[in-house]
Amino acid sequence: MSDENRITRRGLMVRLLAGASVAVLGGCQRLSESSWFPKVLGLGEKTTYKMQRLIVPRKAMAQEFPAQDLSPQFRSNGTAVPNNSTYSALAANSFSEYRLKIGGLVERPMALSLAELRTLPSRTQITRHDCVEGWSAIGKWKGARLSVLLEAVQLKPNARYVVFYCADPMEDDGRSLYYESVDMEDAFHPQTILAYDLNDEPLPVKNGAPLRLRLERQLGYKMAKYVMRLEIVDDFSRIAGGKGGYWEDRGYEWYAGI
Amino acid sequence: MSNCEAATEHDKGQAEDTPKKLTRAVSRYPYYRHPLPIRIMHWSNALFLFILLLSGFNIFNAHPALYWGKSSYNDNPPLVELRADENDEGKLSGVTRIFGHDVTTTGFLGASKDSSGELTERGFPSWLTIPDDQWLAMARRWHFSFAWLLVINGLAFVTYSAVSRHLQHDLFPTRKDWRSIGRSFVDHLQFRHPTGDAAKYYNVLQKLTYLLVIFFLLPLMIVMGLGMSPAMDALHPGWVDIFFGRQSVRTIHFVVAWTLVLFVAVHLFEVLISGVWNNIRSMITGYYKVDVEAKHER
Repeated sequence: MSDENRITRRGLMVRLLAGASVAVLGGCQRLSESSWFPKVLGLGEKTTYKMQRLIVPRKAMAQEFPAQDLSPQFRSNGTAVPNNSTYSALAANSFSEYRLKIGGLVERPMALSLAELRTLPSRTQITRHDCVEGWSAIGKWKGARLSVLLEAVQLKPNARYVVFYCADPMEDDGRSLYYESVDMEDAFHPQTILAYDLNDEPLPVKNGAPLRLRLERQLGYKMAKYVMRLEIVDDFSRIAGGKGGYWEDRGYEWYAGI
Repeated sequence: MSNCEAATEHDKGQAEDTPKKLTRAVSRYPYYRHPLPIRIMHWSNALFLFILLLSGFNIFNAHPALYWGKSSYNDNPPLVELRADENDEGKLSGVTRIFGHDVTTTGFLGASKDSSGELTERGFPSWLTIPDDQWLAMARRWHFSFAWLLVINGLAFVTYSAVSRHLQHDLFPTRKDWRSIGRSFVDHLQFRHPTGDAAKYYNVLQKLTYLLVIFFLLPLMIVMGLGMSPAMDALHPGWVDIFFGRQSVRTIHFVVAWTLVLFVAVHLFEVLISGVWNNIRSMITGYYKVDVEAKHER
């Protein structure tokens, strides 16, 4: 009798535990889908942003590596070839017709060819690219310093963010062009460059030719590839989904320092 | 001291006359073992670690492989990798690769059933992740907000324990503890537990384990978490190389997580075999019932 009881009791306990865990996990899934709970969780990431901006000095440099640490292949993630006829036409001509347009809250809007960008003060750096998924790759980047460009176009006093508009559509039908944004603290950081070379070669299409952003103290999704145009704004809430970037509009944090 | 010796002499006398069974507890009195702040912080910690582990699995699933070194692409294959292989008929099988050896883990690791019952490519299965769905952005929100709660709770615990002298009285081993370490080891292996007044205090292995978790594993976990942050890495460029680079840091974070799981498993086992309800009650109400042996009644 007691044996039978024990088995039932144990069975009941196991079922209770399993039930509780399903309820807890199901609860976490439902909370994640609610309208309010992700906002509460977002407070944690806002705290992280505030704390990291407080702790990490403005000019703190991301680690740079010796050539021996270079990854044999620099991994391509996301778009490998933009599905965009305008882009394909530019690529077919080795981007000789390409012009980087800079506008918005500036005194002197500009349009620069790749050759012109190459004559600007540059920076070369071997850095580690950290993807939000968890992997890292090390590459050697050379590009125009974003700070030099921003000084040349003369920012208006209310300029707060640089928005990067890209050529790669994120949906099959050619819509949802990738975009990103950074604040002036990151835009003027010495390691923030618009890279045109990777590992001493012109940037390959799979890694964002002709120009991609390097933002070394944040995760990979901030580093827009296939950059076509920069817009200086005081607020990005009216652009696309209003969160400051393609992935941000889909729930990722605007600040990707962690 | 002399009282103590006298009592021992007295016990010996009693023990010789009385059959063994009669020396068992005849009554129990409640002893206030865990103050309220400790109880609150204990259960908060348990909840936070649970959520951190399961949201961590979801994050891991975004790239279910672990590497050693500064980057993931350095000519060396991953140490561990969860993946799904597809055969000619399009049937999936889950594979766990550990140090170059493939193990089929279909249904659990590499490939498991999603909410519609379909076998899909997935590192850890949905019943082991928060949220259930493969949803990196949301898992990161869970993970980073509960990481803050864990840190706040941990700092509160250490502060409270130092101020209330819980650390000094209950957790730091005494000289006597150090001498009894060998015996405590044997006791644990034989599942023997202190009874009577001795059950009011942590034994030496218990103390050392708690100290290891509080002052080594959890801080290491947090530092390894921060080591994955590109912004924190810029604080002092190259500091992650002390831990062999960012991808090693990620691997250590994962290994420490499993070490904590092992700790919890052993902890639960010890709770279970040393008077489960008494233990659980003491961590809920604070009161632990201490056996009073007849011979000790004064």
